[in-house]
Order: sequence, then C-alpha cells, then structure tokens
Amino acid sequence: MKEIFAIADNIVTPLGFSTQENAANMLKNITGIRQWNDVQIAPEPFYASLIDDETLNQKFASFDDPARFTRFEKMIICSVKDALSNSNVDFTNKKTLFILSTTKGNIDLLEKNKMTVFGNERTSLWHTARLMKEYFSLYHMPLVVSNACISGLLAIIIGARLIRNGLFENVVINGSDIITEFVISGFNSFKSLSTGPCRPFDKTRDGLSLGEGSGTIILSSNRNRSAVPSSVCIGEGFSTNDANHISGPSRTGEGLFLAISKVLNAHAARISYISAHGTATLYNDEMESIAFTRAGLQNVPVNSFKGYWGHTLGAAGVIESAMAIYSLKNNLLLNTLGFNETGVSNPISVISKATPCKLENCLKVASGFGGCNAALLFYKA
Amino acid sequence: MPYTITNFCIIRNNKAQAGSLSYSDTSVAGHEFLIKAYQHFGISYPKFYKMDNLSRLGFLSVELLLKNHPVHQLYKPEDVGIILSNASSSLSTDIIHQRSISNRSEYFPSPSVFVYTLPNVMIGEICIRHKFSGEGCFFIHERFNAAFLHQYVKLLLDNRIIQCSITGWVEMNEQNYESVVYLIEKQSQTNNQIVNFEPGELNKIYLKDS
Repeated sequence: MKEIFAIADNIVTPLGFSTQENAANMLKNITGIRQWNDVQIAPEPFYASLIDDETLNQKFASFDDPARFTRFEKMIICSVKDALSNSNVDFTNKKTLFILSTTKGNIDLLEKNKMTVFGNERTSLWHTARLMKEYFSLYHMPLVVSNACISGLLAIIIGARLIRNGLFENVVINGSDIITEFVISGFNSFKSLSTGPCRPFDKTRDGLSLGEGSGTIILSSNRNRSAVPSSVCIGEGFSTNDANHISGPSRTGEGLFLAISKVLNAHAARISYISAHGTATLYNDEMESIAFTRAGLQNVPVNSFKGYWGHTLGAAGVIESAMAIYSLKNNLLLNTLGFNETGVSNPISVISKATPCKLENCLKVASGFGGCNAALLFYKA
Repeated sequence: MPYTITNFCIIRNNKAQAGSLSYSDTSVAGHEFLIKAYQHFGISYPKFYKMDNLSRLGFLSVELLLKNHPVHQLYKPEDVGIILSNASSSLSTDIIHQRSISNRSEYFPSPSVFVYTLPNVMIGEICIRHKFSGEGCFFIHERFNAAFLHQYVKLLLDNRIIQCSITGWVEMNEQNYESVVYLIEKQSQTNNQIVNFEPGELNKIYLKDS
C-alpha cells in the first residue's frame, strides 16, 4: 500500500496556538472549559471552551489586519499558517489540495448586526473556500466537507484517499468551528449540555461541553516534505451510517462497529490505542463502549480529549487526530480529563492517568448527527 | 472498469422526473410542490412531514431514483454510498433556527429544527428509509461540480469501497430549490440505454431542460 505521511500539524484552542502548546497544557491537566455567563450567547450560564477574541486578534495581527476577517476565518488562517511553517509543502502548487472541514462556518454572521459588516455571501461555505483560495494563492479551489461531527475525520480519510489514488501529492486539511448563540441554543434544546466541564465515559457524566477550535494536518506521499522526516502514516479509513436515527446514536453501535470492522479488515494489526469520540453524553459514550467491545477492542487503552477543549464539532476529528499523532510520536497515552469511574455498561479500558507506552498505531473514531460514523488508523512508518 | 449512469432524477421548477416517472404542478409554491409530489407518487412514509425542506427534496429525489430500480436486491446495505453536494448547506433551516433565538422574549429553539441545521442529516434520512449503511459524505460547492463528484465516486468504486453510488446535487435556499441525483453502477442492470459515467454526461443531464 502506498504510504501517506502525516507531515505537520497544528492545534488552535484556548489551550494554545500550536500542537506543542496544547500538549504542554494537557499534560498539566489544564482544561479550556469554563463557565460563561454571557446573555449575548445564552440566557443561562453554560460551560464551554471558547477562544479569547483578543488573543486571536493579537496572533492574527502579526500577519494581517484582524478587522478584514471573521473569527472563523482567522482561526483557519492561524492554524494553517503554523502547520505550513513546519513543512516544506508548496501550498500554491497544482499537486496540493486544501480541504476545509466545518459544520457551521461563519454561522455568527446570521446574527443581523454582523451580517451587515461582511455581507450576505460570507455565510456560505463556498465563499470561505473562495476566500482561502485567494488568501493563500492556491491552485485549486478548496474542497469543503460538511458532515456533522465526523467532518474532520472524514476530511482526513478523503485526503488520504485522494493521495493514495495519485490525484494529489499533498493535502492540507483544516477543521474549524466557532461556538455561538446558534450552536449553544441548539445543543441546549437537545438538553445535551453538561452542568460542569464534561466527563467522558464517567459514571457521573451528564452531557457534552462545546468547544471552539481549529486544527490542521498536512498529508503527503513524500515523507521529506516534513522538516524532520515523518514517522506517522495515515492508513485506511471508512465512513458508515447507522440507518437508525438522525439525532441519536445506534443502541447497538452498528455503524461505528461496521466502520471499525472495515479498518481492522484492511489492517491486520493489533491496535495499541483508541482515540474515542467520547463526547460525554450518556448515549454516545455507551454506544462507543458497545462498538469497541463488539470489535474485540475492550482491552485496548482508550481516551477522549473532550475534557480538555470540549466538543469542537467539525474541528474535532482534525485536532484530536493531531493529538493522537503527538501521542504516537511521543509514545505517550494521555489521560481522559474528567474521567474518574467507568460509567458505561461494557468495561472498556479508559486511560485515567498519563502513561508512557510503546505505541504502534492509533484507531481514531468519530460519530455524529445524521447517524454518521468514521474510523481511521494512524500507524508508525 | 467503466461505470454507468443507470438512472437519474431531476426535481426543479415544480417538476419532478425520473425515467418514466413525471409530475409537475406550477400552481403551488416550491416547498408545497414537494408535498404534492410526495402525495402524487403514492409514497407512504409519515416521517417525510417531519423533515425540513432540504431533506424532503433529497428524500423525494432518491425515492423516485430507486422506484423502478432493484438496488436493494442487487447490493448489500454497506455497499451503497451516498455522496451529495450543494451550495447553501442547510441555510434554509439555519435561518429558521436563528429566528427562534434572535428575540429573547420569543426564545424557542427546537431540537426538531436544530437537527436539520446539518446538510448530511439528509443523507441520514435516506439511509434510514432505505437501510443503506455505506460511505456517505456531504460536500459544499459553489455550483454543481461534475468533475469532482465524478472523480471521488469513481475513486470509491475503483477502490471497491462501494459497489453503487447515489450522487449529485440537492440545493435548497430561501428563493429556490434544485435537485439532480444520479445512480451510478458498474454496469447497467435494468435498462438498455447505456450512459457512461463521465463528467460530460453528468453535466448534460444536469443541464437538461433547465
């Protein structure tokens, strides 16, 4: 099989503007989730991991005028620029494709006062694609994937497929989403928000915490596109559908089990670690425990990163994959922040303490509204 | 191996057609037309009424696309992939959700609206209806992008990730709607009229009577 390398990456969250900064804070068990009391966003106080506007503008001001771009666009640009600076991939080349993954893009522009500043078209995701093409002088129009909470992971799967089939040499994948009144009110109407920082897989978990984030992963068939020759490869990945319910996961973990089975079928490897979706809703975590157990993976160490930066929606698959790649490179299993005692009916091996561990590969999974699931294997070259 | 477009369904300008199926009613508003068409074709699926307009459009398109095609007998549920695209994502429903929260004195966000603020939920609705469990993805393009859809669906078929694909364009915005969806298979199973799965053919069908 043609090898595809993870060349460089970046994570932008309240925990930092690079993968390293995020990792350093995560190792200190710092979370970006806190209580917010902002009636502009929600009538009641809520817990979320939000990026400070001032910090974002300061970072952005080092390369452009912050007033010209929306929050969402600034996050994308910050993340992509940092990842590119750690690679020698020519972003403007015909052989390079940019894939943008997001659920809602510039959704804050639907609020009347903001629309007037940037204009109607700016809410459209194709417009973001156009803007990025101009900003970065890209050869190709960026591809936009909008597939709920598996968007990020699916974008990586698609990027790897396009390279494997010889259609591109490099693919730059960015996943970004902002958290606004629109998103908070929606999840709140589902009663799926936590009463404190979320607690994935825990007995006392009571919902998810939303988070803002932007993540970038650069893939290439040429391992020398990286400053330090890359040691992590992207394997096979698949998406599936539960065909069961549009807003709740399958009780039997059907779709996720199918996606994992396809990955295990394509790679005859023993899985060393699972980076779960782990949103900390009752149903999601229970469903994942069933799917992992059905796939015979109940003894494989598993964690969720949601306790550090919340559920970052369309960015989640990208920033969590970047962290999983970090874990592989450093042979380190990070703990599931917020987890204390197992609260799922199938006894899976949730990582409760950061542990050095020789890792060969990582199975990354995600699930989302619309009954969609995705699974992908990262492995060491 | 060459792939073929074995059927297609076009719904726009208050006209729905797929193969020998055809229905039009220009006397009603576009969103009402979808309900009229649903009734005309005798489809019985009460959940249709709970869907948002984008999902109704996608659902109806695939109903007509598969009405006379034995896709369910020919393929395993996991071998059917649904790859759809549009320009406006779920904007028509985003606006409804935004309206429900923009005024604090009339603050009524509803989960049954919010769930449709993701375009891929339409793919979920189609999968539930037809029990398809294979690959799915929703892409956003400024215009119908035959070249990309062809490239990606061909890749999925070449790599045997799927055996059959429902692909195309399902667009819904506040002013207008348009759906053109295609059934792509390894060979023509049910009709003698072979149309090769090529970007040019996708475009030719897309531009029919438009």
